[in-house]
Amino acid sequence: MENKTQYTPADYKNSNPVRWCPGCGDHAILNSLHKAMAALGVPPHMTAVISGIGCSSRLPYYMDTYGFHTIHGRAAAIATGFKVARPDMTVWQISGDGDGLAIGGNHFIHAVRRNVDINIILFNNKIYGLTKGQYSPTSDRGFVSKSSPYGTTEDPFIPAELVFGARGNFFARSIDVELKTSEEILTAAARHKGTSVCEILQNCVIFNNGIHNAITDKEYRAERTIHLVHGEKMLFGKEKEMGLVRDGFLLKAVRVGEDGYTLDDVLVHDAHTPSNFLHQQLAMMDGKTLPLALGIIRDVDSPVYNEEVEAQIAEVRSRKGFTSLRDMVLAGETWTVE
Amino acid sequence: MTDNANVKTLDKVVVRFSGDSGDGMQLAGNIFTNVSAGLGNKVSTFPDYPAEVRAPQGSLSGVSGFQVSVGVDVHTPGDKCDVLIAMNPAALKQNVRFLKPGGVAIVDIDSFKEADLKKALFTTLDPFKELDIKAQVVEVPVTSMTKAALADSGLDNKSILKCRNIFALGLVCWLFDRPLEGALNMLKGKFARKPAIFEANAKVIEAGYNYGHNIHATVSTYRIETGKAEPGVYTDINGNTATAWGFIAASEKSGRPLFLGSYPITPATDILHELAKRRDLGVKALQMEDEIAGVCSAIGASFSGSLAVTSTSGPGLALKSEGIGLAVIAELPLVIVDVQRGGPSTGLPTKTEQTDLMQALYGRNGESPVVVVAAATPTDCFTMAYEASRIAMEHMTPVILLTDAFIGNGSSAWRIPEASELPAINPPLLSAERLADGWQPYARNEETLARYWAIPGTEGAAHRVGGLEKDYNTGAISIDPVNHEKMVMARREKIARIANDIPALDVIEAEGADTILIGWGGTYGHLRTAAAELCAAGTPMAFAHFNYINPLPANTAEVLRRYKKVIVAELNTGMFADYLQCKFPDLDIKRINKIQGQPFLVSEVVDRVNEIMEEK
Repeated sequence: MENKTQYTPADYKNSNPVRWCPGCGDHAILNSLHKAMAALGVPPHMTAVISGIGCSSRLPYYMDTYGFHTIHGRAAAIATGFKVARPDMTVWQISGDGDGLAIGGNHFIHAVRRNVDINIILFNNKIYGLTKGQYSPTSDRGFVSKSSPYGTTEDPFIPAELVFGARGNFFARSIDVELKTSEEILTAAARHKGTSVCEILQNCVIFNNGIHNAITDKEYRAERTIHLVHGEKMLFGKEKEMGLVRDGFLLKAVRVGEDGYTLDDVLVHDAHTPSNFLHQQLAMMDGKTLPLALGIIRDVDSPVYNEEVEAQIAEVRSRKGFTSLRDMVLAGETWTVE
Repeated sequence: MTDNANVKTLDKVVVRFSGDSGDGMQLAGNIFTNVSAGLGNKVSTFPDYPAEVRAPQGSLSGVSGFQVSVGVDVHTPGDKCDVLIAMNPAALKQNVRFLKPGGVAIVDIDSFKEADLKKALFTTLDPFKELDIKAQVVEVPVTSMTKAALADSGLDNKSILKCRNIFALGLVCWLFDRPLEGALNMLKGKFARKPAIFEANAKVIEAGYNYGHNIHATVSTYRIETGKAEPGVYTDINGNTATAWGFIAASEKSGRPLFLGSYPITPATDILHELAKRRDLGVKALQMEDEIAGVCSAIGASFSGSLAVTSTSGPGLALKSEGIGLAVIAELPLVIVDVQRGGPSTGLPTKTEQTDLMQALYGRNGESPVVVVAAATPTDCFTMAYEASRIAMEHMTPVILLTDAFIGNGSSAWRIPEASELPAINPPLLSAERLADGWQPYARNEETLARYWAIPGTEGAAHRVGGLEKDYNTGAISIDPVNHEKMVMARREKIARIANDIPALDVIEAEGADTILIGWGGTYGHLRTAAAELCAAGTPMAFAHFNYINPLPANTAEVLRRYKKVIVAELNTGMFADYLQCKFPDLDIKRINKIQGQPFLVSEVVDRVNEIMEEK
């Protein structure tokens, strides 16, 4: 086999027929991932894609990489074991909102806390699709579904808030139809050392069609979202006429040049600052009074679990110098029978 | 001890240390065990500790015990003890039932004040009469002697009292003619970073020893015979450590790196502790967020090419069931260790039972056969952990290794093997030739039916596995009805064929025996001793012990059918007996069962066998 160093998206695709519903947002995310992988240039055989259960978790079957379609909720734990055992491989984890935040919520927060170098893509469509339409832990209060015929009586998780609560160091967001943004955040997620969480708002065309429309509709997407770029002013709107400014401890959206606000007042995005105070505020904007933040919201270096394990092994091994089990046992308390 | 007039020579003695759980009885017992093993004795231990970390001081629920048998031909820690050390009235009350008639009870009489007796719920001021003790009671002022020995040590009162156990140990060393040198070495190691504490303990152990010497006219002492052990280098090892080391040995032999995903649970946690220490051998042991993450991280590591292990006890095995099913259908090697304890639910977390057998065999959804093996003794944990790893990797399957609290915590002397003595382990790694030849992910080895292990990172071998049923030929997802049945049968047959790759069932024959006593797992020592005692008493009794439960050794039916009666003894209501009866309906299987959180006593097995033999 030739020793390839350049890859195209096609190198990460396989010939399996993609079985998601026509019009499902997953198709676009899959394409973005193929593109991101090609941009990264990690060979397919050095890449592992590990998923749980749900529509999105079928994704590994459509990758020409090592893939593992596991069990409901457990992908983060399985990916953790894989990455710690094989730090030389690039590991992606695919989960939906039900898989990752309900049944797998515990593994999700602990993976983030531990900061294992895995890239988690969270497909958020606020519904259980594969089981045909129950509310999920990200469904809004009052959401009517087959399992909540009178509306839910509970508040949803906001994935970003969980990530920050678990002391996460990489959080980014995109929308399924924004292929460029998705490719951008997935590439950055893979380059980030440590656990990265990419939330992608995904449209379930069958059971929750249009759930993100209030934000994603082309007509007002520019006003209701902001694409954050590190080092750049936080501007949004069709003509970038709007900006985010500080308002006491809070954020405020203003029209640049009105009410005394100038371009100088508009905040500059710093994705790399260790404090997560502003990152969390940005991530919690919901597209109503403040635009929903897309792009890389937080990207901060922090000790990486699998690297720390390797370093500790190297340190202890060099200090103790055992070459084998027998060697180690003989260094302890023993006696000899002649 | 030549100047002692009152010496008993025995081929084995049993000593039981007991006290408050904070009294350091486990340490005293461990040191005595190691010293004895170092002198060439065979040893077998039974730490019997309470579930509470620290129950109220002096209370009955806070009593911690450590029993050890030393001598020749020792297979169990002994039913009852020759010498009982009781540091307080509660310990005496809880343990006097383990003392042989004619044995010696050594009590710390300083701890037998009225208030102490009340805490142990005595109703009179004469605990010895109240308990109707038939043994010799030796009242030793352990506390005051310890205080006196350390009067000018500069230690505070609390630290001084912590040395009481070592005074008792000194006395026991004198009783059994153990030179103090070995014990002092171990104390030195234990308190390497606290020289003042070591000095205090060294002083106290001598005080205890000398005290024994001074009172020797009134106490029997013992000389223990020494057997001839196989030449080699030995160490003292408990079952949980042996289990951990078995995995390391298998990893070294197979060349696959060792990964443990685990979660703390009594009585299995020491396996995690040991493997966490073994970063010095490159072991990756992860404490995960729960039992499920323990098994799942191991499954991820297995897919990535490691020898992957998860360690747990009964409730944890229940949580891991779904994960084990994934490893069954993905056909990945995985070892699950279940150090069994009393159940159901939280049950008796620190006590021993064999009640997870059915869970291990059948506790999963769907048709999901796994290999089940069991360790017989603390040192056998090494052998069976090694075997579990070998079978898991060579046959690409999950293997459940059953041990239990008794052998997990119990210890004995272990001859350290050379790597060359251990059997080869050859995982079916995907070769370049096979890959070039059009390999498919679920292509099987014709002989074993194991699929090939394609290690991620191999160019050209990228493939997908998962929990959905796969096509027999291509490994693609398949819901074809006939294919599903074919895959179910292939996975089943793969496990069945492992019978060809394990040792035959070994029988200890007895001249004229028409009955065989059968056991499995951690009851080996007691059952083997019971069979020998029955033979010696004129009831010929064959004996066979199962290490391999699924599949059974290939000669199982042939062996069992040689006997008119088959008696299965186990620490549950009859799970293995049911399993055998189901496989071999023609056999007349009798049962001996005990579900008290305690190991068998040899005497109760002998009595029950005799009762069964008298039945028509």
